Amino acid sequence: MILLFEQLLNGLQYGVTLFLLAAGLTLIFGIMGVINLAHGALYMVGAFAAAWVAIQTGSFWGGLVSGLLASALAGVLVELGVMRRLYARDHLDQVLATFALILIFNQSAVMVFGRQPLFTSAPEIFSGAIEILPGLPYPTYRLFVIAVGLVVALGLYVLINKTRVGMLVRAGATNRQMVRALGVNIQGLYTAVFGLGALLAGLAGVMASPIVSVQVGMGDEIILATFVVVVIGGVGSVKGAFVAGIVLGMFDTMLRAFLPATLQQVMPGPEAQALGVGISSMGIYLMMALVLLIRPRGLFAARG
Amino acid sequence: MKKLLTTASLLVAMAVPAFADGTKIGVITTLSGPAGYLGEQIRAGLQLGLEASGAAFELVVEDDGRDPNTGVQIADRMLNEDGIKIMTGIVFSNVSGAVVPETLDAGAIYVSPNAAPSPLAGEKCNPNYFVVSWQNDSLHEASGAAAKKMGYTTAVALAPNYQAGKDAIAGFSREFGGEVTEIYTGVDQSDFASEMAQIRDKNPQVVFQFHPGGQGIAFLKQYQQAGLLGTVPMVLSEPSYDAVILKAVGPAAIGVTGTTHWNADFDNEASKAMVAAWAAAHPDTPLTTYGQQAYDTGLLIGSALNKAGGDGDVAALQAAMKAADFASTRGSFAFGPNQHPVQDWYLTAIEADEAGNPKIVTKEKIREAVGDVYAANCKM
Repeated sequence: MILLFEQLLNGLQYGVTLFLLAAGLTLIFGIMGVINLAHGALYMVGAFAAAWVAIQTGSFWGGLVSGLLASALAGVLVELGVMRRLYARDHLDQVLATFALILIFNQSAVMVFGRQPLFTSAPEIFSGAIEILPGLPYPTYRLFVIAVGLVVALGLYVLINKTRVGMLVRAGATNRQMVRALGVNIQGLYTAVFGLGALLAGLAGVMASPIVSVQVGMGDEIILATFVVVVIGGVGSVKGAFVAGIVLGMFDTMLRAFLPATLQQVMPGPEAQALGVGISSMGIYLMMALVLLIRPRGLFAARG
Repeated sequence: MKKLLTTASLLVAMAVPAFADGTKIGVITTLSGPAGYLGEQIRAGLQLGLEASGAAFELVVEDDGRDPNTGVQIADRMLNEDGIKIMTGIVFSNVSGAVVPETLDAGAIYVSPNAAPSPLAGEKCNPNYFVVSWQNDSLHEASGAAAKKMGYTTAVALAPNYQAGKDAIAGFSREFGGEVTEIYTGVDQSDFASEMAQIRDKNPQVVFQFHPGGQGIAFLKQYQQAGLLGTVPMVLSEPSYDAVILKAVGPAAIGVTGTTHWNADFDNEASKAMVAAWAAAHPDTPLTTYGQQAYDTGLLIGSALNKAGGDGDVAALQAAMKAADFASTRGSFAFGPNQHPVQDWYLTAIEADEAGNPKIVTKEKIREAVGDVYAANCKM
């Protein structure tokens, strides 16, 4: 029982991280029509900036602000320098260009920080564990990550549904050409959306930095799962990113946690482990295939 | 005037190759990714060890990116185009499993400073294949022996799902002898929350984990964050608590028990010379066992080159290697029948030094002059 609850919390925390990344990516894909493979690199930029500042100053919060600023700045620079030339082009060109950006970011990180991973710790107030259930001390910091993710989700909901900018974003996701025809400053909107997406990716990176080791290439691992979330949730829909992110995060975690042990009931140890781990890694992709069979545009697609 | 210049430059051009006349040694190692610093340690250790041996050498270094395909491509080029006869450097067993057979087929010698998977230690052993570090299983058998000696009977063992990970859990279980729950993690995994929950659920007396490089850092941090560090003791084999990991993890590692074949506080001349040479050449990087293993490898290759007079006669070189005529930094060193080391193993504790940072302290010798279990299967 305790194990189940703890794994659910782990899944929720992973899901929230996926949501932060997917929200930005789905907005960029939905409103600007650009496939941005370099989103994971922005996650890495946020994590590195936060880790470096935290190590220099000893303050997690200083690192948090720096990480957000660095990733937002990187996002704006990438948008101004590279993305502007890609809007009218084929998706394949966009994939090539953003893939090149990944390589550039990774190598730059190696040149600046070297190959040794950076380590930061959670801030003092969150460094312990809270006993949520009797016998289950859960790391406070992970609860903080979940809380931040939920607050950001709420904030994005308010931004998208209750403000003028949000209205433009929704309109752009539904029909880009019409928005331009109506005389809206589409360039400014694009830069703002890309910057917001980069900020969210950077926030995900900063939140993850005390948990995982901050290393070159950390964005490459998580960007695959992020794309799956975007596809399942529906391109252009933040609500879809939220639902899909949480569901996927939980599904992936539960599968990894319980499948190997379940298989061990029916086959010998090492083989069960290997098979279980293998199938768990495939889990989210199988889910994506299933969803696409039933709803090809994703669960909450923005376009009608 | 023109003639004088031409003659002078020709003379200079002829003189230059004399300086670059060392034996080429092919080094395929992992220099990128979260475990990239392991390759950097190996490269640095090889350089210092070969310099200390006094042999004339030239290191040809390439990055395999922890990918067997890349490793094979690089090896192919080194063996066939550059005519290199001595290969070394591989960190990871999956790369080693692909590159070593390729090297042996080409009639060259491979000397391993780190990876030593079980298939190559038993039936597939080869006169041209030497291992200077340890055989994969024996590295973890020492931890099993330590856990058993400390009186534990139930354990949870975790390792990534690849050859070295499987060797690790097999080796640990073999010597531990008690009840072991095996958990395999992903090779690229860095968030172990799920595994922490499973450990808490099983509530063993001791936890053993093998996660090299960046994974090791993440695991130790999360173990402490999950509140398990104070409640369930951990016994580690050396790759999981190398000096770089400890520097990154900080006080979260204090209290953990480990096993090792070498530590920086060893008292013999060769070890002290190596520690000094490393501190002079790399003052900002701690010396890990990877660096030490590579240093010993450099000493071995250097001694063989000096004895055989270069790599012209591979058979003579092989015989010189087998003689293992060098002063090892770990004190006593000898090759077993499968040309893997026979050596001593020590129990260590991670304690706080004056500044509160973790420090590895050698406690006692727990295994003396042991080889590995696969030697009996080697028919050389």
